[in-house]
Amino acid sequence: MKSNKNSVSVILNRDERGVLADWVKLQLSSSSLRADLMTESDLRQQSQQFLGLFTTALEQNAPADVNAPAWSEVRELLGQISRSRALQGFSPSETATFVFSLKEPLYARVRAELESDPAALADATWTLTALLDKLGLYTTEVYQKSRNEIIDRQQRELMELSTPVVQLWQGILALPLIGTLDSERTQVVMENLLTKIVETGAPLAIIDITGVPTVDTLVAQHLLKTVAAARLMGADCIISGIRPQIAQTIVHLGVDLTDVITKSTLADAFSIALKRIGLSVKPA
Amino acid sequence: MERIPILKMGQYLLVTIQVDMHDQLAMTLQDDLTAKIVSDRARGVLLDISALDLVDSFIGRMISDISKMARVLDAQTVVVGMRPAVAITLVELGLSLEGVRTALNVESGMDLLRSVTS
Amino acid sequence: MNAIETQVLELKTTEDVVRMRQAVRQHSVSLGFSLVDQTKLVTAASELGRNTIIHGGGGEMKIEPLLETNRRGLSLTFSDKGKGIPDVELALKDGYTTGSGMGLGLGGAKRLSSEFHIQSKPGEGTRITIKRWR
Repeated sequence: MKSNKNSVSVILNRDERGVLADWVKLQLSSSSLRADLMTESDLRQQSQQFLGLFTTALEQNAPADVNAPAWSEVRELLGQISRSRALQGFSPSETATFVFSLKEPLYARVRAELESDPAALADATWTLTALLDKLGLYTTEVYQKSRNEIIDRQQRELMELSTPVVQLWQGILALPLIGTLDSERTQVVMENLLTKIVETGAPLAIIDITGVPTVDTLVAQHLLKTVAAARLMGADCIISGIRPQIAQTIVHLGVDLTDVITKSTLADAFSIALKRIGLSVKPA
Repeated sequence: MERIPILKMGQYLLVTIQVDMHDQLAMTLQDDLTAKIVSDRARGVLLDISALDLVDSFIGRMISDISKMARVLDAQTVVVGMRPAVAITLVELGLSLEGVRTALNVESGMDLLRSVTS
Repeated sequence: MNAIETQVLELKTTEDVVRMRQAVRQHSVSLGFSLVDQTKLVTAASELGRNTIIHGGGGEMKIEPLLETNRRGLSLTFSDKGKGIPDVELALKDGYTTGSGMGLGLGGAKRLSSEFHIQSKPGEGTRITIKRWR
């Protein structure tokens, strides 16, 4: 087996430039090249770096296991490339093709080298295939992981975006809730509101649930907990925008809202809040 | 022995808890504070807990007890500055500190104290 | 100090509880817990640590990081060789108290944790493990 790897390594040592040129040419001509997403010089540079590290790893008689330490530099570079491609918007197959497309130029040379020795040729081909397949799969793995990280980040951002705390007046905050509330989102909402209360020193906060389609026991309990936590900190909450349907659900669920100020509209809640801080709205 | 200082401001007492409370310290504070309410004839107590990164059931009970004891001694208590994470945790723990007055910061706590003792 | 390590802390005095809380806080910070999650875990630890001292006559706490592929957490195990809890279910009820707390210790600690396991035999002691994932 060693001799096979050496034969590839010998080829690469002798003709790394040629392999690189063919490989880059192949990638440039292939339909999976995204000229819109990366420049030719970037591609050339990535390919050159990869081929250099690949050759070095082969020279060190690295085992076929790509998780072995000898492959760590190759893996690291591939990881960087896959990550950057995932961020740029390449598809998984476009990303994996980077490694797979190296097969063609290498096979051609191995074949020319070992044409007289079919057994050695088969062995070398097999070793090379196994190796490049594993590296290709590795790019897909990293790609997938990077995409998941992007999704996670977007989810967090969306969560923060969807729960803005606004100041209606000096000392009065409002939290207009829109969309379905699940346990996780409600927790973010709760923390956001309480943090804003401390930052602004506002003793009153209106939680408006006009945009919340349904309220189940869990959501109702979360709301109550928010109100209780705010009270411990020294602020009062008013819940507004309770639609008739939701009022019915709340009672049927047996949720006790007697200690909470509730108003049917945000306007009513605002007016109560103004009164609390000693202000009123009059026609000019 | 380690003690939490109690400051006198006119007819009010100001207690700022700045150390990680252990149970013995909480008990000592309770003793010191009730004694000081009587000796200084204080009308109100401002308990600043903004430096506390944790209030468990024991400290919660101390806060609630201080408020009740002060009331018996004709003084009102306002607890100020509870951090959001602490408040969320207390609610989850099942503690609502019923009957304890709260305010967001020392300034609004002082206003509240003045309005309830005037 | 490398926080990603298992650590055992002695619980004998109420000052030990303060030290134990600081260790739990440090570990949860280094594992990237949010401020609220840190506070919940430290508070639960405080409740259980006090129980270990008051009802168990002292004992120890083991703190272990939980590192799984897609989630991280902390596991805290409180153990004592005290008189044990005769009726675990009753002890978990809010308002049930034998000491000077508010009767929220066990039930509260359970609510503040993601997972809660309790083993107790009268006369042999109590062992409680809580886990919280970030």
